[in-house]
Amino acid sequence: MSTIALLAITGLGLGALYFLVAAGLSLIWGLMRVLNFAHGAFFTVAAYAGWVAGNAVHGSPWLQWLVGLVVAVVAGGLFAALTEIVLIRPLYARHVGQVLVTVGLALATVALVQGGFGNDPKQLVLPDWMLRTTPVLGADIPNTRWITIAAAALVLGLLLFFLRRTRYGLIVRAGVENRGMVEALGIDVQRAFTLVFAIGGMAAGLAGALAGDYYGTIDPSRGSAMLIFAFIVVVIGGLGSVVGSALAAVVVGLLQQFLNFYGAAGIGDFAVVLLLAGVLLVRPSGFAGAAT
Amino acid sequence: MRRALRIAVLAAAGAVLLALPWLRITIPGLFDAPLGSPGTLNLIALCFVFGALALTYDLVFGYVGLLSFGHALYFTVGVYVTAIALNRLHLPLGAAIAVTAVVALLLPLVLGAICLRIRDIPFAMVTLAFAEAGSILVIQNPGGLTGGEDGLALGPDVLPAGLVGVANTHNLYWIALAALAVTYAIAWWAVNSPAGHVWQAIRENERRVGVLGLNPYLFKLGAFVLSGFLAAAAGVVYLLLQGSADPEVTTSSFTLALLVMVVLGGVGTLWGAVLGGIVYEYLDFRLVALSNDATVQSLPPLLRVPLSEPLFLLGTLFIVLVLFVPGGVAGAVQRLRRPSIASTETG
Repeated sequence: MSTIALLAITGLGLGALYFLVAAGLSLIWGLMRVLNFAHGAFFTVAAYAGWVAGNAVHGSPWLQWLVGLVVAVVAGGLFAALTEIVLIRPLYARHVGQVLVTVGLALATVALVQGGFGNDPKQLVLPDWMLRTTPVLGADIPNTRWITIAAAALVLGLLLFFLRRTRYGLIVRAGVENRGMVEALGIDVQRAFTLVFAIGGMAAGLAGALAGDYYGTIDPSRGSAMLIFAFIVVVIGGLGSVVGSALAAVVVGLLQQFLNFYGAAGIGDFAVVLLLAGVLLVRPSGFAGAAT
Repeated sequence: MRRALRIAVLAAAGAVLLALPWLRITIPGLFDAPLGSPGTLNLIALCFVFGALALTYDLVFGYVGLLSFGHALYFTVGVYVTAIALNRLHLPLGAAIAVTAVVALLLPLVLGAICLRIRDIPFAMVTLAFAEAGSILVIQNPGGLTGGEDGLALGPDVLPAGLVGVANTHNLYWIALAALAVTYAIAWWAVNSPAGHVWQAIRENERRVGVLGLNPYLFKLGAFVLSGFLAAAAGVVYLLLQGSADPEVTTSSFTLALLVMVVLGGVGTLWGAVLGGIVYEYLDFRLVALSNDATVQSLPPLLRVPLSEPLFLLGTLFIVLVLFVPGGVAGAVQRLRRPSIASTETG
C-alpha cells in the first residue's frame, strides 16, 4: 500500500510538471498551428535564470526559493514573448518555417546554456521543509511533490478562469475554433498570439523552476527530455485543449512511474510512447479532440 | 553541346574525387592536413555519408512533403543492427549487411503502414514517438546487446582487414563516395520516375491525386520505405567509418540535425540536400576545432562562450537562413541564375 501511495503521488507530481509544459504548447498549437520546439528552451533558460537570481539573494532559503521562482516565471514569459515577436511573426504565412525557426532556437539556446554553465547538473539550495517528507498511508512522500501538484492545480485553475471568464480568453478560445472568423470580425488576433506565447512561457518557466526542486538539480538537457513527453501529453490530450492536457499529463505521469517501478527500467517511457501511437491510431485528434 | 560540357565537367569532378587519396595538395583554411591524409579523407568520407543521409530525408520531406521526425530510427537500424550482427552474432560482414537489409526493409514498411494512416502534425508526432521508442531501447541496453550509453565498439577481428586501421582509410573513403553516388543515382531515378511525379503531386495537393484515381497512401508508403532503406545503408557506411555505434545517432536531436541539413541546402532539390549534409557535417567538425582554438580561448567570456558552442552557431545560422534565405542554398542559386524572372515579377 505504501509503495502504491508513493508511486501515485510521485507520478502525479511528474504529471504536474508535464502539464505545466504541455498547457502552453497546447494553446500555442491550438491558436497558431505552431509546433513549438523552443518550449524546452523556455523551460531551461527560466530554470537557470531562477537559479542565478536565487543565488544572488542573501536571506532565508525560503526567500531565495521564492525569488528564484518569480524570476524563472518572468524570464520564461519574456523569452517566449520575444520569440513570438522577433522570430515567429515575420514568418506569419509559413507554417513549416515557423516550426524550423523554433527548432533552430532550441538548438542554439541549449548550446549556449551548456557553454555558459557547463554540462554538469547544478545543485539547488532548498528550504529544509522541501528536503523532508510527509507520511501518507505509510509512505514518506517528499514534500516537493506537493508543491508541484499544487502549482499545477493553481495554473490549471487560473488558465481556465482566463479562458472562460475574461475578454482575452474569449478571443483565444474563439481563435482556436476559427481564427479567420475572429479576424473577420475586426479583432486583432496578433496581440493574442503574443499573449498566448507569454502565458505558455511563464508556465514553462514555472515548470523549469519546480523541476529543479523536484529533482534537486538543474541541467541543460532536461528541457528537451521534458519537451518530448509534453508533446506526447499534448497529442494524447487533444491539441488545443487545456483540460485534455491536464488529464493526459496525469495518465502519462502515473503510467510512467508505475511501469518504471514494477517493470524493467525504461519500460514506463516505452509504454508512454506506445500509448501515444495507439491513441493516435484509434482517435487521431486525441482524448478531447473533435471526432472528425 | 551544353550537355556534353556538363558530362565532361561531371566526369572530371568524379575523377578528382576518385583520385583524392593520392593527392598531396594542402588546401589552407579548408583542411589542416593534405587532402590524401587519413584524417582529411575520414572527414570527407563522413561528409559524404551525411550528404547521402540528408538526401534520403529530402526524399520524404522535400519530395512527398512528409514531415517525419523519426528518420534517425532508420539510420540507427543501419548502425546498430549491423554492429550487433557483427559483434554479438559473430556474422561475417556480408551476412550482417544482409540481415540489416531485411530489417531496413521490414521496419519502415510496418511503421510506415501505421504512421501514414494519419497526416501532418499528428504524423510527425507518431514518427517522433517511434524513433524515441527506438532510442529508449538502445539506451536501456536489453540483454547487453546495444551497449547502452557507452555505445558499441566493433571488435578487433569482425571486419575484413582492408577496412581496419588508419592505413586503409582510403578504402573507406571510396566506399563512402560510392554510397553517396549510388544513393544519388537511385534518388534521381526515383524522383524522375512516374512514381516520383506522383510524390510531388501529393506534396502539392494530396486530395487531387486521390480524385484522379491514384492511391496516395501506397505512393507515400513506397517513398517512406525507399527513404528508410537508403538511410539504413548510409548507417552501415557510417558504422564502418566510425568503427563503433554511438547512441547519439538514435536521438530526436539527430533527426532535427537532418532537418537543418536539408533546409540549409534546399528542400526538394537533390543536390541541395547533399550539399546541406556535407556543409553541416563539415561545419560541425570545424566549429569544434574553432572552439579549441587559442585565439578563441583568449577572448572575453561574452564572445568566447558562444563561439565555442558549434550547435549555437549552427542553430543561429539556421534561424537566419529560414528567416532571410527561404529555399536554402539551392533556392538562392536558382534566384541568381534566373534574375530575369524575379525582376519581371516585381516590375
